[in-house]
Amino acid sequence: MAFNKRDIRTFSMLGIRRSFYFQLTKEAEKNNNIVIICADMFKGNNLEKFQQSHPEQIYNVGIAEQNMIGIAAGMAKVGLNVFAVAFSTFISTRCFDQVRVNLGYMNLPIKLVGRGSGLGNNVAGPTHYAVEDIALLRTIPNMTVVVPADALEAVKIAEAAVNSKNPMYIRLVDAANVPIVYKDDYDFQIGKAEVLQEGTDIAIFAAGTMVNASLKAAKILAEENISVAVVNVHTIKPLDVQTIDKYSAGRKLIVSVEEHGIIGGLGSAIAEHNSEKVSSPPQLKIGIPDAYGKAGSYEYLLDKYGLTAEKICAAIKKKFLEL
Amino acid sequence: MKKSDLDHIESLAKKMRISAVETGYGAGKNAAHFGGALSAIEILACLYGGIMDVDPKNPDKKPRDIIIMSKAHAVLALYTALAYTGFFPLEDLKTFENDESDLSGHPVMNIQRGIEFSGGSLGMGFSQGVGVALGYRKQKIDNRVFVILGDGELDEGSNWEAAMSAAHFNLGNLIVIVDKNTVQGDGKTDEIMNLGDLAKKFSAFGFETREVDGHNISALYESLSALCTSREEKPKALIAHTVKGKGVSFMENNHIWHHNVMTPQQYEQAMQELGRAVN
Repeated sequence: MAFNKRDIRTFSMLGIRRSFYFQLTKEAEKNNNIVIICADMFKGNNLEKFQQSHPEQIYNVGIAEQNMIGIAAGMAKVGLNVFAVAFSTFISTRCFDQVRVNLGYMNLPIKLVGRGSGLGNNVAGPTHYAVEDIALLRTIPNMTVVVPADALEAVKIAEAAVNSKNPMYIRLVDAANVPIVYKDDYDFQIGKAEVLQEGTDIAIFAAGTMVNASLKAAKILAEENISVAVVNVHTIKPLDVQTIDKYSAGRKLIVSVEEHGIIGGLGSAIAEHNSEKVSSPPQLKIGIPDAYGKAGSYEYLLDKYGLTAEKICAAIKKKFLEL
Repeated sequence: MKKSDLDHIESLAKKMRISAVETGYGAGKNAAHFGGALSAIEILACLYGGIMDVDPKNPDKKPRDIIIMSKAHAVLALYTALAYTGFFPLEDLKTFENDESDLSGHPVMNIQRGIEFSGGSLGMGFSQGVGVALGYRKQKIDNRVFVILGDGELDEGSNWEAAMSAAHFNLGNLIVIVDKNTVQGDGKTDEIMNLGDLAKKFSAFGFETREVDGHNISALYESLSALCTSREEKPKALIAHTVKGKGVSFMENNHIWHHNVMTPQQYEQAMQELGRAVN
């Protein structure tokens, strides 16, 4: 489906999560096989509209993520196209074994949709943060792991997920009025990273909310005559190793930026890949440190963990000058 | 139910029990889950011997009844049922637990062999059954889903999430069968984790519940038939009172035979007790 600039502005106002469900609702109108299963999160996910328009295609299983994944497996087994929805942390950690067996081992094409990923649940505190989810889920064979950079990309992922025959984890953030990364419609493909800016000194590989921040950081660095490429790695698994190779080659520094723990996420995936080469540039991993901290507002936490454009820029510059 | 049909299931169960012991013995030092398989023999013989709408000649036929072996370690009961009802050659049982075999220590989803779900991690099959039942209802398919649970397995809390949801969604097409053999890996279920009165528990959760002697083919068949034809829009639970290791005296009610290796002498004794002389 093609989207114009007005659609893109509308999606931006809706935010990543609402845009995802906007598109999924449209897909469900033409495909009765699509079902959503939710663990007491209709309201939290603005699924009331879906419930009103498609009551036969949505199920609330209460606060029971383990059961939700098993139910999703049973439904997928008989041919339904199942989206299972909960907070990112609970859908990845609480029911990890169910995800491993049903989605991984049995390869049932269930789509997990996590909300409140990263630090999105801010003042709720670390029980509600999802900073280990990518690390966990990408260890499971057969899984696809995707993270939209903006609301349009969330819509693109919804379209792609409906048509995918693979189990998938879709990592969403909640905020409305999210910055636009893609001003125009583009060709989205699962597993194909998007080069958003060319640059020869440094390459930033970013995912999700950090793509926009990384573009801004690259702009500041350009003013200081440091040439920085920015790549949106929306698919953490399968990793687009061709693009990682191409943009690692010849750079003095590569940087991974993610709203996720520094262990096991995008940064680790890139490092694992590059470690097999004879040589690759040093890598600066920007993410949430390996520790649980106190809660705070979203903006406060991003600043605390160095995930703002200014702090990303400063960290890169410091590392770059040390080389 | 005609007597000849019951005789057929009796005969099937007898062959399955002998074959389960032979197959488990054949696994040698790899060991096998004997106890919980021998307690489930009659349950699976009834299901495959007449209760379920499945076709070994067309295992992927749609629609069909679906069985989920949630107590998946009891594969010797499942594999022998599948082999003796024609889903795969009896000869293949000799590959049990071999390297790269399709017939490993826990079942691996393989519809051509009649295996609907992979299993091994306890407490998952009940939820999968709820999903199949909901899916069939949405697709307006009248077939049923049967879930075989162990009583020890019911320690896993996910089962009770599933039980709550089965009743909440009024899943009359879901039938769970508890193989209540009263013994789990470490000993008696009453001593390890007391399950209380399971029939009362399932009734309280909103199930149409029955209890039966899980080794009495006629009673089992009658109970399963009654649950299948019940018009009640409630999920069904059949508590099958069984004996762990049923049919082999030294295995009966002894938790060390949950998973163990047989000596040649033990194998000979077991075969004698089952009416099959060893050459």
